[in-house]
Amino acid sequence: MAKKKTSIAKRESANKTAYAFIAPYAILFLTFILIPMAMAIILSFTNFNAIQFPKFVGFLNYINLITQDEIFMQYVLPNTVAYAIIVGPGGYCLSFLIAWVLAQLSSVPRTILALIFYSPSLCGATGVAILWKIIFSGDQTGYLNSWLIELGIINEPIIWLTNASYLLPIVIIVALWSSMGIGFLSMLAGILNADESVYEAAAIDGVTNRFQEMIYVTIPTMKPQMLFGAIMAITGAFQNGTIGVQLTGANPTPGYAAQLIVNHIEDYGFIRYEMGYAAAVSVVLLAIVYIFSNIFKKLFMEKD
Amino acid sequence: MAYKGNNINPQTFEKGQAKLIAILLPLAMFMLLPIVFIICHAFKPMQELFAFPPKFFVSSPTLDNFKKLMKASQSSGIPISRYAFNSIIVTVIVVLASIFLSTATGFALSKLKFKGKFMLMEINNLALMFVAVAVMIPRYLTIDFLHMTDTYWAHILPLLAMPVSLFLVKQFIDQVPDALIEAAYMDGANDWKVYYKIILPMIKPAIATSAIMAFQQVWVNTESSNLYVSDENLKTLAFYMNTLANANNSVAGQGIAAAAQLIIFLPNLILFIILQKNVMNTMASSGIK
Repeated sequence: MAKKKTSIAKRESANKTAYAFIAPYAILFLTFILIPMAMAIILSFTNFNAIQFPKFVGFLNYINLITQDEIFMQYVLPNTVAYAIIVGPGGYCLSFLIAWVLAQLSSVPRTILALIFYSPSLCGATGVAILWKIIFSGDQTGYLNSWLIELGIINEPIIWLTNASYLLPIVIIVALWSSMGIGFLSMLAGILNADESVYEAAAIDGVTNRFQEMIYVTIPTMKPQMLFGAIMAITGAFQNGTIGVQLTGANPTPGYAAQLIVNHIEDYGFIRYEMGYAAAVSVVLLAIVYIFSNIFKKLFMEKD
Repeated sequence: MAYKGNNINPQTFEKGQAKLIAILLPLAMFMLLPIVFIICHAFKPMQELFAFPPKFFVSSPTLDNFKKLMKASQSSGIPISRYAFNSIIVTVIVVLASIFLSTATGFALSKLKFKGKFMLMEINNLALMFVAVAVMIPRYLTIDFLHMTDTYWAHILPLLAMPVSLFLVKQFIDQVPDALIEAAYMDGANDWKVYYKIILPMIKPAIATSAIMAFQQVWVNTESSNLYVSDENLKTLAFYMNTLANANNSVAGQGIAAAAQLIIFLPNLILFIILQKNVMNTMASSGIK
């Protein structure tokens, strides 16, 4: 049967209004997302102090980053890797598991609990910092200190936020606390929307417990949501990278203990005005996010 | 007993669910703790803030902290209403404009045919990975180049193009049946009419989601006031609340900071509670294929 051309298809070539629909978005997207990204790449090959015209220096910034920048190699990179691995995949698995358990509840308790888990995402990065700052306050009136003393675990208050050995774990805990974002909601909706007959069929085919069901039924049926959730988890983890600076109120953080790659960019860009070098660090960050996201794409992309 | 399978989305409460709630509850407590705490802290009178050992819950709540917050802003020369005004203007414009941008672009990408469509979709999907903090320097340079520093535009324009929002709206529009749109074209409607009369009413959940995501971004945003705006008169409420919280590191200041944080947090929470059904509805089609 020869299919009649639909009217949408007929207007294929004539449709100029389509450009009118996308133009405003496209212009803003170009100006504030694409051009800044391109500029970051270009600036990364220059020496730029924000006053004089940028001077082309080739790969010097990247070479310096790898060979000269001791702080980057000694603190920033290991911190970022530790942070990203725990908060990215860790937060992601946690989001999925919580969404999975929530999906097995009836509507009212599910909605209430989902709201509780999502609520930290509503605080905004700076709000998160203010909240936790009071809890981790360093003197005796700090809540955590007071509780720990009461329980007899410690004898003297610990100055949490300036102590290099506690700072990174604190930043990671706070980031995990606020990691149930859009990805979490997406996965919850994905699990809830699954076709019931698939579960019934799986039970007949010999799935014998909830864990098997999760691995063989739930995850495969919601791969698209899993991927969306993964990308949101990765970008969220890096976007929240400023928590350390906000908690301590200082960039660099005390002893570079919680210095993440985002803070390093800010440090060089807006404090030392070495914008070319900061741009090179930005490019490295974008590359890291891109690589992580692609790993997840390989895992969850449906093959046609 | 044989395994029955399918305990996803049960309609009624059963005994088995109590176990699950028991597992989730401690975690939920941990998630909720800081927020309950900030609410208590905001209403604590002076002697409770200084109490030793510190008490978690407030026992005689007052509005002292909120009053002090107002006073602090009076002494700084710029009334708090000015910051609030800035925030409201910026938030309203960003929410409305970004809804228009996301829905119009989503409509074109989903239902209209034009050259370069698939490339645009690919670019937008790549932009889901966009981390704004990574390009704060070139963004600053762009805004400076466009002479937008110290204007409202610096708060508004950088936030308008939201790849995640466009992505979600587009996925949602994909589900609007083509037949319906065809019928409208048959009746002589043009693209704008189809967008306005058919698409918009059918994607209300996605619009609500887009609105709340835009709101969440702009309402708590301190970056634009920090980097692009140096005129105190043009800074936003979130920024001001944040400086208050940072300036007052003393115990007495903590009460004010908590009150400030509560003022910022509550509108966000209320809006989300109102719209959460729509959000879940939109998220159901959020997958990347």
